[in-house]
Amino acid sequence: MSKLSQKHLLGIKDITEKDINLIFETAENFKEVINRPIKKVPSLRDITIANIFFENSTRTRLSFELAEKRLSADVVNFSASTSSVKKGETLLDTVNNILAMKVDMVVMRHASPGAPHFLSRHISANIINAGDGTHEHPTQALLDAFSIREKLGGVGGKKVAIIGDILHSRVALSNIFALKKLGAEVMVCGPPTLLPKYINELGVKVELDVKKALQWCDVANVLRIQLERQQIRYFPSLREYSLYYGINKRLLDSLHRQIVIMHPGPINRGVELSSDVADSQHSIILDQVENGVAVRMAVLYLLAGAAG
Amino acid sequence: MTKRKKLIFDSDLLDLTISRLCQQLIENHADFSDTVILGLQPRGIYLAEQIHRKLEKDTRKTIPLGYLDVTFHRDDFRRRETPVKASQTRIEFVIEGKKVVLVDDVLFTGRTVRAALDAMIAFGRPAKVELLVLIDRKYSRDLPVAADYVGKAVNTLPSERVLVELEAQGHEHNRIWLINKD
Repeated sequence: MSKLSQKHLLGIKDITEKDINLIFETAENFKEVINRPIKKVPSLRDITIANIFFENSTRTRLSFELAEKRLSADVVNFSASTSSVKKGETLLDTVNNILAMKVDMVVMRHASPGAPHFLSRHISANIINAGDGTHEHPTQALLDAFSIREKLGGVGGKKVAIIGDILHSRVALSNIFALKKLGAEVMVCGPPTLLPKYINELGVKVELDVKKALQWCDVANVLRIQLERQQIRYFPSLREYSLYYGINKRLLDSLHRQIVIMHPGPINRGVELSSDVADSQHSIILDQVENGVAVRMAVLYLLAGAAG
Repeated sequence: MTKRKKLIFDSDLLDLTISRLCQQLIENHADFSDTVILGLQPRGIYLAEQIHRKLEKDTRKTIPLGYLDVTFHRDDFRRRETPVKASQTRIEFVIEGKKVVLVDDVLFTGRTVRAALDAMIAFGRPAKVELLVLIDRKYSRDLPVAADYVGKAVNTLPSERVLVELEAQGHEHNRIWLINKD
């Protein structure tokens, strides 16, 4: 069957391994499409998609918009900073007003965890979560796992270390769900203050020493320190963080083995990754960005196809 | 009603028909210097491979062969219970200015061929496009589509289905059946 088990993509937690593999197989076909001379197919030409971003984004929003346009969907963009949200409208009212204009799908980013789940109980359009606060960012996890699969030939049995600000990262949580469902071993690594309290419950290893984590893993997914979400100080200074948890070429060379470096972007060069690592052949950061469009096309296509 | 199964092609007849189709192609394309073959996914590719092998052997020329998947160009998206699963498209050559022979196993409503013409344009503007099918189900077209090369034209009812079993697909014998769906 070529159908997802869900009507929405709210989080990786809600979908099955079969769903993930269907998305990957479809994404492979779309990756071929976006490398053609004419990078566009007409599948979604009678569909209108609203990209509703209550939080800033460049990459994700651009990636979704490109994916939508390459599927020939009509696209409307909306960002909270320029909207009536500032005038005190509720989330449900805002979205219902957009849907009244005959929109079929909603891609939403919101600062509050669970915002898309709340919406899904009240509206009929398909919803894709493009990041809800510190909760989930499912398409990022899918493209990360897809990139690992492409680079290493599979995800099952691979060792993936997620390094950095785990506490504030929706990418980390979605990645843990996705990688575990696909049979990978997952480790998180970061300063104790930036690790969630009950992280062990998710069945992941915890390591405080970044060198040990790198020695263990096949893939290191390095995350940004999310200063904008940190109301209190979790570590003395960025410089100190970089000293203990930053990954540079000297550290990688000392491992005497090849590992893959990933980063969901935006990179803070010189903090979590040094430039010589970010631009090295270990890094598949730009492949991740390319795969992001293909994976999002697959998600949009599969959700729209099931709606009819 | 009991399920009826009528054999319309056996292995020998299929070999003969493929030989004839190849001869017809050679008549029209001579040395195949400007011709490419595109098999339509998922089932047209086996026939395309067979024809391609035979043509390369008979003409001693290298002829480009590609696979074209039309899933994303279908006109029944969101109109089916389950979406059709996509297959691989592999076209590692330019079709701009080339003569393209589209190959599929069964021509029925013509909708797949329409989608294929649409999908193909993403790879360039061909000089000419021809269609080769093994089975032409007569009087069943939804669109004005006709094949240039036909293995066998068959009268069928809408309630019937053509089942193609090829050795290349893992079947024991090359056989094509007409099946009553009821």
